[in-house]
Amino acid sequence: MLKWITFAPLIGALLCGFLGKKLGEKFVSVVACGSIAVSTVLAFFAFFTKLLPMPEGKRQITEFFFTWIEVGTFRADFAYLLDPLSGIFLLFVTGVGLLIHIYATGYMRGDEGFYRFFAYLNLFMFMMLTLVLGDNLLLLFVGWEGVGLCSYLLIGYYIERKEAGDAAKKAFIVNRIGDFGYSIGVMVAFTTFATVSFVDKEIGGKVIPSLFTQATGQAVEGIGVFGVMTAIALLLFVGACGKSAQVPLFVWLPDAMAGPTPVSALIHAATMVTAGVYLTARCSAIFTKSQTAMLIVAVIGAFTAMFAATIGIAQNDIKKVLAYSTVSQLGYMFLACGVGAFSAGIFHVMTHAFFKALLFLGAGSVIHGMHHEQDIRKMGGLKKYMPWTFGTMFVGWLAISGIPLFSGFFSKDEILWQVWSSNSLPPGLNKTLWFLAAATAMLTAVYMTRLMVLTFWGKERFKVAHGDDHGKHKADPHAIHPHESPAVMWVPLVVLAVLSLVGGYVGVSAAWGGSNHIEHFLAPVLAKAAPVAEAAHGAVTATALHATEEAHHDVTTERIFTGISVVVAFLGIFLGWQMFTAKPLRKMPRLLENKYYVDEFYDAAIVTPIQGVSRNFLWRILDVQIIDGAINGIARLFGETGSAMRFLQTGFARSYAAIMLVGAIVLILYFTFR
Amino acid sequence: MVPLSWYLALSAVLFTIGVAGVLVQRNVISIFMCIELMLNSVNLTLVAFARFLNQSTGQLFVFIVMAVAAAEAAVGLAIIISVFRNRETLSVDEESLLKL
Repeated sequence: MLKWITFAPLIGALLCGFLGKKLGEKFVSVVACGSIAVSTVLAFFAFFTKLLPMPEGKRQITEFFFTWIEVGTFRADFAYLLDPLSGIFLLFVTGVGLLIHIYATGYMRGDEGFYRFFAYLNLFMFMMLTLVLGDNLLLLFVGWEGVGLCSYLLIGYYIERKEAGDAAKKAFIVNRIGDFGYSIGVMVAFTTFATVSFVDKEIGGKVIPSLFTQATGQAVEGIGVFGVMTAIALLLFVGACGKSAQVPLFVWLPDAMAGPTPVSALIHAATMVTAGVYLTARCSAIFTKSQTAMLIVAVIGAFTAMFAATIGIAQNDIKKVLAYSTVSQLGYMFLACGVGAFSAGIFHVMTHAFFKALLFLGAGSVIHGMHHEQDIRKMGGLKKYMPWTFGTMFVGWLAISGIPLFSGFFSKDEILWQVWSSNSLPPGLNKTLWFLAAATAMLTAVYMTRLMVLTFWGKERFKVAHGDDHGKHKADPHAIHPHESPAVMWVPLVVLAVLSLVGGYVGVSAAWGGSNHIEHFLAPVLAKAAPVAEAAHGAVTATALHATEEAHHDVTTERIFTGISVVVAFLGIFLGWQMFTAKPLRKMPRLLENKYYVDEFYDAAIVTPIQGVSRNFLWRILDVQIIDGAINGIARLFGETGSAMRFLQTGFARSYAAIMLVGAIVLILYFTFR
Repeated sequence: MVPLSWYLALSAVLFTIGVAGVLVQRNVISIFMCIELMLNSVNLTLVAFARFLNQSTGQLFVFIVMAVAAAEAAVGLAIIISVFRNRETLSVDEESLLKL
């Protein structure tokens, strides 16, 4: 069953890739969407009829295909694991993936690379599902690299545009840095635990417990202690930083918007970029054993959230705003992981998949309707032209801003509360991080309001803008006719809008009368963070655990903090509305508009030196002089020897005969007198 | 009865004449004849040994040498004729086209 969830998209990819060009768009659409539909139906079936009825704490379905690598005591299987964590990912990856596939058949209509696009997109789904379902770190890595490859192919989909190719290369290369950390992390994990599997495995006749079980039994390494758990956690986190676009490896994600919009929605918002959060949650038992690693994850998460949100305010490309918003929301998820609230992080991954996919697809619909105009300064007043797009994006806007009762509210509020009530960070730091996160929540509301106001309200600036661009059209004020997208595009938007609206109800916290299903559901597969006090005293103290429990039930405080985040959200929207309805084209701080000059800094600090060394040393000296020199030298040696020997060939047949005679005499003498 | 050493001496003399002829002659045909001389001196040795050791192996070997010599003569003369038609010379010293 699990195998068809992943292999249906692979078959779809092969069909689209090899036959799609001949058989046309209809065939490709049906095969691509059909294969994802198959895996969606199977995924829901497996989740609701197989996994959910199992007793709590024992929810685990494994499917073994073959032993992939077995060397000495090392064993990696090609086997799938469905447990609560992979189950949740499975559901939203297939569900959101299906909606985006359907949308893309409308968005990509008439594109000459239609078949190629869907082959890549199906291949991506296969890789993403392998990543999620893989039962060991190595198979996870196969999916990890596979989605990276598909991301590369799809960012560079518009092969005739140079910036798309550059962005694809940038994404690939930045991800290599992360993957380097990941692969070393896997090696260290293997030497420490003698297994890379998430389930108990029999290797060489004896059963080796899973990573989770073994890591749970390890001692907690306090802050400042750099033991092996810290090493594994930090190395894996380097990988997560690359894939999930955290500071300092976030630079590839905004550029990745050069790809088609459905790709941005599927890969660079909803699914692939959350793989880092998945990895962190999957290895939660390792992360929680290192308080240093947890501290770093939390700080980087909070910093990234704030950093990207400030950049997002000043961007003018509709997709760039959403890209920085994605980076910022991913920061939130890591912040949650860093304070030990893994389930809150996963919860936010899920709601974010809904509303960010919705916003990206909505942005795609706007771009489609505006004939490939992406600059929000040249939009405005679109709400009467695109009622469906406007209505659905309106829902997404409220959801991401954290307006109560929308999905983003529940997950974001949960994260904020978990950060505040965390006791696994050094004293005081959790309040600082909470403040950063709350400020980011307000900034989120501000930049999303700016995006909405500039796009859908106010004067219709596209007419003027168009006249400016092409002087000859000046006489015709209606040169651009914004239009609503076809139903195949807005129906997925509506579905996603409904999900953004109700998706949060699986995680309503106890303080508000809910039972936080998602947290209970995930609890058996996630580890709990150790309180700081525990490590300080070197042992688990009953009081510390008790304090944790107490903090969780501090209902009044939790309600007050919910109140604060509601106020923050409304304040953000109010501020944004006031600022940008009055003066939509308000000048933004140059520092923010230029993204803090991070790209320029990387160029100067890393790219230029590497190019310099490559050009002046690796090329001109190492390659040309040493490597080519050695090869040419060998060739010249034979050449020179040849021209020296040439003089033996006199051209006189009789001299050859004389040489033969001498040779024969020498041989005879040798054999006679030896 | 003539002793074996006489045969061997005669054959050695013939062989040396052949070798010297190959080295000093310029005319291709002369060289060719000298080679034949060398082959036949060897034949003489073979039959002499066969006779004195009372074994027929050496005599059989002579037939093989003669057959090869006949084939060589046919091919060699054909080559010489062909070379002469093209170059109008029989001097081996002038056949040095392959030299750089």
